[in-house]
Amino acid sequence: MSALATLTPLQKTMRALRNIPRGIWRFLKLMSRNKTGFLGFLIFIGFVLLTTVGPLLVPEAKSADILAIYAPPCTFKEWRVFARDAWFKGIEVSAIEESGAPICTKHLLGTDSQGKDIFAQIVHGGRDILQMALLTGLISTFVGITLGALSAVIGGRFDAFLTILADIWLTIPRFPLLAVLATLVKLDNMLMLALLLSFLSWAGLYLSIRAQVFSLKERDYVEAAVALDLGLWHIIFSEILPNMMSYIAISFTFGMTSAIYAQVGLVFLGLVPLTRNWGVMINLAWTQGAIFFKDSVYFIMAPVMSIALFQLSIVWMSRSLEEIFNPRLRTG
Amino acid sequence: MSEYLIEARNLVRTFGTRKARVTAVDDVSFGIREGEVVCLVGESGCGKTTTGKMITSLLKPTTGQVLYQGRPVWRPDGRKADDFKTYRLGVQIIHQDPYASLNPSHTIYKILSTPLLHHKLVASPAEAMTRVVELLNTVGLGPVEDFLTKYPHQLSGGQRQRVSVARALTVNPRCIVADEAVSMVDVSIRVGLLNILSDLKRTLGVTYLFITHDLAVAKFFAWEGRIAVMYVVSIVEFASTPQLINSALHPYSKALLAAVPEADPELTRHKQRLQLRSQDIPSLLALPSGCRFHPRCPFFEPGLCDVQRPELTLLEDNHYVACHVAARQAGVAGA
Repeated sequence: MSALATLTPLQKTMRALRNIPRGIWRFLKLMSRNKTGFLGFLIFIGFVLLTTVGPLLVPEAKSADILAIYAPPCTFKEWRVFARDAWFKGIEVSAIEESGAPICTKHLLGTDSQGKDIFAQIVHGGRDILQMALLTGLISTFVGITLGALSAVIGGRFDAFLTILADIWLTIPRFPLLAVLATLVKLDNMLMLALLLSFLSWAGLYLSIRAQVFSLKERDYVEAAVALDLGLWHIIFSEILPNMMSYIAISFTFGMTSAIYAQVGLVFLGLVPLTRNWGVMINLAWTQGAIFFKDSVYFIMAPVMSIALFQLSIVWMSRSLEEIFNPRLRTG
Repeated sequence: MSEYLIEARNLVRTFGTRKARVTAVDDVSFGIREGEVVCLVGESGCGKTTTGKMITSLLKPTTGQVLYQGRPVWRPDGRKADDFKTYRLGVQIIHQDPYASLNPSHTIYKILSTPLLHHKLVASPAEAMTRVVELLNTVGLGPVEDFLTKYPHQLSGGQRQRVSVARALTVNPRCIVADEAVSMVDVSIRVGLLNILSDLKRTLGVTYLFITHDLAVAKFFAWEGRIAVMYVVSIVEFASTPQLINSALHPYSKALLAAVPEADPELTRHKQRLQLRSQDIPSLLALPSGCRFHPRCPFFEPGLCDVQRPELTLLEDNHYVACHVAARQAGVAGA
């Protein structure tokens, strides 16, 4: 402790940088305290890598292939044969594929109605969804916190007005409204869509944050901070906010999940002109195949399962997040 | 320089909306001299805590003024006075509930070092550490290393309350308002905590406004100081502790003293109890007319007590009482 005072700024920065790996390690350790939460975290990271790094490795499925329409993924037996040829007999992978072996080895999850690789579509179609979910989660959480905190701190008419507005807002069925709004507003970029989705989902988070701040600002330790004259900034960000962090983190994750559902819903209905994403895949699979052919099961199930698994990972991850931000759970 | 370090002048505080107002504190005045202990005693809901919060300006008085070192805290237009900061740091509060008064997401070191660093009371983090260790030793929390990195939930109620005391001491206050500071602590460690507070009075010259509902604690802690007895929104008797304990003049104080159990059961059995006319505490929404105690007072005089409100009057040396009957007995007219 005494050494810290004599350090130059550069040394301090170096020390801070050296602490980063330790910080990450500590974060992982805290995350792994809850097994379900950690599993969710791993799946989440997997999806993030799949949709950010994945497109660099997996080429996009652009051209249709008439010979490979609705090719199913390899069965376990076919994989075994392929593995035997490739690894134990030492045959080049390209040679196996050219020799007319099952097409399935080229297509991890099979192909769609045009013979395009489904896995490639999953890899390239997730980024939009993830980015939009993150953006919507951030915006709606930010708006919810700002309005909720202001409402609780200012009180009076401002508070009454916003509360009534939120109550009315919550009674409006939001998805139909969203569908109607989506036809009115030109949703050609992600930010617009994220803004629209956050605009629709502000009320729930606003009401709960407001209630939290109302309760927290009357706590004795906040009063003690006022008596110690620690300043409004400190009181909000150091006394009140940390005690809401687990709640905010969970709201954020739920904001993400509802944004995904809303967006996929819009895309499925064909109201948002976004190409290459999971929602579009479901739409195509539904309209071009799933109603007619049982072979298209992989085409429709791949995006559905991706979305479901991603949602599940977020919900699971929020369990770990709750533990991280709650010191009582953190240190047991 | 005035006689008092901190003084309350005609403090009134009401709560509620325009339609339904509740008076929590009505016309409370008293002063505390430098280094003195003043105990505020009264039952639940009589306005003790509200008074304490107005003294620390955590609540703004509806009317009335708080004076710190002779200077008013509030300007006539209702804003804070220019030297508010001196006062703000000079008067600190210790809360009743040790489970609610410490931020659960901060370590003990953070709780204690934040005020030090924020007000630049220390030059460096290293110095802050030294000072935090010193403070923890002052309040008897040792070995210090065990506590620095702990969170409040890892501490017992008594330990937390000591941290609260240490936190109040970080800014070197002249006056501490202890709002039922020992009420929620186990009886076994209550005396230890009271002794620490007493030591601070001796070594640092801290002035106390000690709020409690427990006369025994008041007697123990403020023997050299004074006690103000509050009954339903105002002070009814204000005297030095020995005077009040041995020769209380207000009927309510007498009743309160008579209700304190004695250690000797024989003594308790034969103790003279003051027979109150009613056991009900009046509702704050419908305060009694005249003297607030008259519906319960055994010495109630119709036509006087229920009409005219008695003023807090000096009856003996340093002994203020708000009672018509007591005033007449003492030979003070016009009360």
